[in-house]
Amino acid sequence: MSAPKTLYDKIWDAHVAHEAEDGTCLLYIDRHLVHEVTSPQAFEGLRMAGRTVRAPEKTIAVPDHNVPTTLDRANAETMTEDSRIQVEALDTNAKEFGLHYYPVSDVRQGIVHIVGPEQGWTLPGMTVVCGDSHTATHGAFGALAHGIGTSEVEHVLATQTLIQKKSKNMKVEITGSLRPGVTAKDITMCVIGETGTAGGTGYVIEYCGQAIRELSMEGRMTVCNMAIEGGARAGLIAPDETTFEYCKGRPHAPKGAQWEMAVEAWKELYTDEGAHFDKVITIKGEDIAPSVTWGTSPEDVLPITATVPNPEDFQGGKIEAVRRSLDYMGLKPGMKLSDVEIDTVFIGSCTNGRIEDLRAAAEVLKGKKIKDGMRAMVVPGSGLVRAQAEEEGLAQIFIDAGFEWRMAGCSMCLAMNPDQLSEGERCASTSNRNFEGRQGYKGRTHLLSPAMAAAAAVTGKLTDIRDLV
Amino acid sequence: MEKFKTVSGVAAPMPLVNIDTDMIIPKQFLKTIKRTGLGANLFDEMRFNRDGTEVEDFVLNKPAYREAEILVAGDNFGCGSSREHAPWALGDFGIKVVISTSFADIFYNNCFKNGILPVVLPKEAVDVLMEDAERGSNARITVDLENQTVSATDGTEFKFEVDEFKKHCLLNGLDDIGLTLQKAASIDSFEAGYTAKAPWV
Repeated sequence: MSAPKTLYDKIWDAHVAHEAEDGTCLLYIDRHLVHEVTSPQAFEGLRMAGRTVRAPEKTIAVPDHNVPTTLDRANAETMTEDSRIQVEALDTNAKEFGLHYYPVSDVRQGIVHIVGPEQGWTLPGMTVVCGDSHTATHGAFGALAHGIGTSEVEHVLATQTLIQKKSKNMKVEITGSLRPGVTAKDITMCVIGETGTAGGTGYVIEYCGQAIRELSMEGRMTVCNMAIEGGARAGLIAPDETTFEYCKGRPHAPKGAQWEMAVEAWKELYTDEGAHFDKVITIKGEDIAPSVTWGTSPEDVLPITATVPNPEDFQGGKIEAVRRSLDYMGLKPGMKLSDVEIDTVFIGSCTNGRIEDLRAAAEVLKGKKIKDGMRAMVVPGSGLVRAQAEEEGLAQIFIDAGFEWRMAGCSMCLAMNPDQLSEGERCASTSNRNFEGRQGYKGRTHLLSPAMAAAAAVTGKLTDIRDLV
Repeated sequence: MEKFKTVSGVAAPMPLVNIDTDMIIPKQFLKTIKRTGLGANLFDEMRFNRDGTEVEDFVLNKPAYREAEILVAGDNFGCGSSREHAPWALGDFGIKVVISTSFADIFYNNCFKNGILPVVLPKEAVDVLMEDAERGSNARITVDLENQTVSATDGTEFKFEVDEFKKHCLLNGLDDIGLTLQKAASIDSFEAGYTAKAPWV
């Protein structure tokens, strides 16, 4: 009998196309997702070397980072010249190399990490890469998924493999159930608070435990999405009936006898009893509170009931970093987080731009208005999420509350399109990074869940969702 | 890619922890379809005021460090976005080596693809080199990839670890796509077997 394996070990072993003596492997890639910002140089490299795309049928392209989210975006003038050039370059490359392509005009267009699962491109047991660090999202299906640089994008385009050495295994177990008002976003932020932004470096995390099992696929994607914020190459969740149910019937999921065959294979994708983990973290689900970030690193996270910390409470280089963060964020130690006033709310991104996220936010907003002077926008993760939200009546709830109801894209998560914070503006954001300048020059970001973002829009302050419902 | 040679010179100190790739090259400069020219905007929001004038006390604006080829940085350098524009900007500015106690994974890999050597050393060693770096042109740090050593100004040598294959590619300026394509037969046979087992992929 072979030694017990982790889920990561199993997926890794199934994809090694070549192993050198020093352990350097060529890992076969099942799905390669491509967007407009990190791919033009890769395609240019292919052309210059006279190479082609080895597996265009496994390569999926969609513009998301740069695209405007205003209703009039079909008009090319809504894009700046440099953004337009990038989107056009993707268009040209997708057509020239014969990739699966969802252009801006296609209702299926959206954030690449939302489109992949939605269209059934992402399936259990696969290897998935994209020139984007939030590729970790796809780990929710029990797929080994991680971000790569542009040189690696070119490498995958040319060879359908990646040069890799195996990472270490980390287990993050969330026991028990979550309390009311606590969401997948709070789980993933709480884990980063525990490990720090470098705690996962060199590891692939497997999230497990009852609280993870009880999450929907949307919630699991939120958890895995931010694995990279903890430094981990990838996050994984073993597939189960919830996963199979989500995948079934999707446009690119297998059908008929192949579906049966696939599910049989997917049922083997779990960590064997007694398999070795290099690091184990256990958190009680009931101990997780609705959380917000106060600083400029995702590890700067606390329960909403807490106060802004003092730099002196930290150690080493973090003391200076916290001092800098508080200065940037315009916060003073000892201030209650629930007293922090907000002027912008952003609901969207590959972390929280799915239908369940919009439902959670709409639930809070039903029959309410956002605070006077508040700028609030919802940017659905894809055109299909947008359509579904309209069908379910969520869009009308957002509009009635005073939110802008936008078209799909990455939008204010990284502010490459016109959706940006201005200097000093403070945003409650369902996105994934609170770095300096991330949402706009000198903009201030507080990361939180969709329900908490909706609550902040209503009260004008960071708000404990448990006080509002 | 150019072959990596021993680097010896002034090092710029950036003790801040968690320097992310958004800081290294802010998103407005990612709207390019080229790999070149990004050095002008390296650390843009830390380095320049809104009117384009230089922030005087930013390290790379100080006379001693304007030509620096080495950065000594705080923990977890290069975290966040996978943007390869970060090493492109560093390289274009003239940085050939970054020394820290730790690097984010994707950034670390991206460096090797662009002729930049990220060196991981224990905190005690980084502290010594950081002190050296603070002394500006009065100090020189030497980084020798062949022998895997970093020498402080007083001659103290610190040995560092680096993956053999990555070292080989960097020293010889190799294009790893070319190397992988030499193994096309292995990929073909793997693909055939794999597709038979998992035809839905």
